Amino acid sequence: MNALQGLRPEKLRELVLLLLIVAVLVFFSSMIENYLNARLFNRVSASVALMAVLAIGQTMVVLTRNIDLSVGSIVGFTAYFVGQQLSQNNEMHPVLAIVMAVGVGALMGGINGVLVAYCRIPSIIVTLGTMALYRTLLVEYSDAQTVLTVNLPRWLLNLPSLNVFSIDRLHLRVMVLGMIAVVVLFQILLRYTSFGRKLYAIGSNPEAARMAGFANQRIVLSAFLLCGALAGLTGFMFLARFGNITVVAGIGFELKSVAAVVVGGVNIFGGSGSVVGAFLGAALIDLLENSLIRWLQISEFWRDALLGLLILTSVATDSVIMKRFQGYWARKQAQAVPETQER
Amino acid sequence: MNVWKHLRSWEGFLGLVLLLTIAINAFNSDAFLSIDNQINLFSLSIEKVIIALIMAFIIINAEIDLSVASMMGLSACALGWLVDSGVGMPMALALCLIIGMAGGLFNGFWITFMKLPSLVVTLAMLIGFRGLARVLVEDRSIRVFPKWFEDLGQHPILGPFPLAVLIFFLLLLVAVGVLRFTGFGRYVYVIGINQDMARYSGIHVTRVKLILFTASGIISALAGILFAARLGSVRGDMGLGFELDIITMVLLGGVSIFGGSGSIFGVILSILIVLYLRNGMSLSNITGHLQTGVIGMLLIFSAMVPNLKSYWESLQARSS
Repeated sequence: MNALQGLRPEKLRELVLLLLIVAVLVFFSSMIENYLNARLFNRVSASVALMAVLAIGQTMVVLTRNIDLSVGSIVGFTAYFVGQQLSQNNEMHPVLAIVMAVGVGALMGGINGVLVAYCRIPSIIVTLGTMALYRTLLVEYSDAQTVLTVNLPRWLLNLPSLNVFSIDRLHLRVMVLGMIAVVVLFQILLRYTSFGRKLYAIGSNPEAARMAGFANQRIVLSAFLLCGALAGLTGFMFLARFGNITVVAGIGFELKSVAAVVVGGVNIFGGSGSVVGAFLGAALIDLLENSLIRWLQISEFWRDALLGLLILTSVATDSVIMKRFQGYWARKQAQAVPETQER
Repeated sequence: MNVWKHLRSWEGFLGLVLLLTIAINAFNSDAFLSIDNQINLFSLSIEKVIIALIMAFIIINAEIDLSVASMMGLSACALGWLVDSGVGMPMALALCLIIGMAGGLFNGFWITFMKLPSLVVTLAMLIGFRGLARVLVEDRSIRVFPKWFEDLGQHPILGPFPLAVLIFFLLLLVAVGVLRFTGFGRYVYVIGINQDMARYSGIHVTRVKLILFTASGIISALAGILFAARLGSVRGDMGLGFELDIITMVLLGGVSIFGGSGSIFGVILSILIVLYLRNGMSLSNITGHLQTGVIGMLLIFSAMVPNLKSYWESLQARSS
């Protein structure tokens, strides 16, 4: 029990998620023959790379007690926009392409942020609106054309299968490494910088944060900017992974990212959660999706039905365990205080 | 003075926008004001409009139900599947409503007893119910309904009105009656304003929420049935993404996303605005996607107006 006392609730949540992931792995490896192999890792890691980056952006926004439902449309638009630029101009430098994707995403996120922070419109309304607007922009801009794989430069098409290193058939892709870099960077940003702590403060109590002299509006705007930028980056990864981009690219990503964030233990009412949690949430969901498809007894149509149920049960168990633990934690604290006061 | 105050309220603003849309539409196209066009534009999105009524209750209660469109799809697909496997039509219809009730109760259980946020629960069930719908019909399209059922969905039964429109008017009366004139309606508002306060003053919060989510499930299932009747066939992706249109209608109608305020009258005005805008744009050959964009812009703009108003008032207060 002593070891548990040192744990902060956030850390415990991450541990619970890790245990859940292990449980899923154990369960499916007993159900499916030859389940735990290199291919599973490669496949899941490739799709987690996209969703985790998006979920981290969503985390920034959710921490401040907001939500961004437009990320799916941002992913679609940046994927199409950069794809089209690259097909017209094959010589473009890769870094420029990435910067362009992140920039376009940040611009769109910035528009959300200005509307939420400075015009004081609830984020769910703003981003419901911009979700439709950005998608419309994509449809109008694309003029019903499709970005085709054949027109894209070679380096982009090779990117998804580019490895940093391989152990036997276990590959660590460049894109996965990029995702890990984003996770580490944003975890540091949230844990150790004053900007990160301010996000938590605003999420826990916006009024108190304002009284304490925080520039709430600017910080919320930054959160949306970062979310947009990461959605732009996801758009670039989407383009690299799928190649053919149509106007429906990224539809449904907004809900998937919210699901990942919520399963990852980020409080939907702001103020608590971590980047690592969001990453683990994304990983758990993708792992389940991939495993359920391969589970031979059920048809692929069962996948979504079970996924919904699993999201629900994981959040419910999480909340029950957390409540128990927090109660225990509070009692411990309460016991500790009088002892020191007696002298 | 009183009239002026009314005009400056949210409903007054919506009424103004509505008159403007009607004027522009009537000016642009002769067909717009015809009775046929009016009923037609209504029955083309009657399912969304019906669900918007119960959604208004839920959002006033400071909750949200994102699973309505998936429940619509599920009940429509269940109907197709049941009839396809030889169940009689009345039995199948009843079963669909029961599925709706069970789904709503299921949502309500997690929200009230497990104390999970409704956003999370219904988001999960948005995926879950849709998944079940896909399990039932896979990627087929089922077209098995008897003639009378399709006629009911496609042809007017009373004067120029099809059944779905009549059901909508009936539900509208019930909604206005319950929300304005019953204790239950007041509870919905009070819980939306402050849930803890409501609990301490002896309101059975759990029961109110359970009733609302169950009603939402049943009405969504009913909308799904009406949708199936209108289209004459069912598919796994029926009603995909409708929840956003429905929520847009409710929020544009002045119902606060934080709960506790809003009226059915405002929601009706916003429904009319959305329908007229879409219809008017269709009549002047503007594509569906651009229409969605315009609606999105309208949503953001409409939320901005009250803020602009208070900003203006604060400026005036400072200068005087």
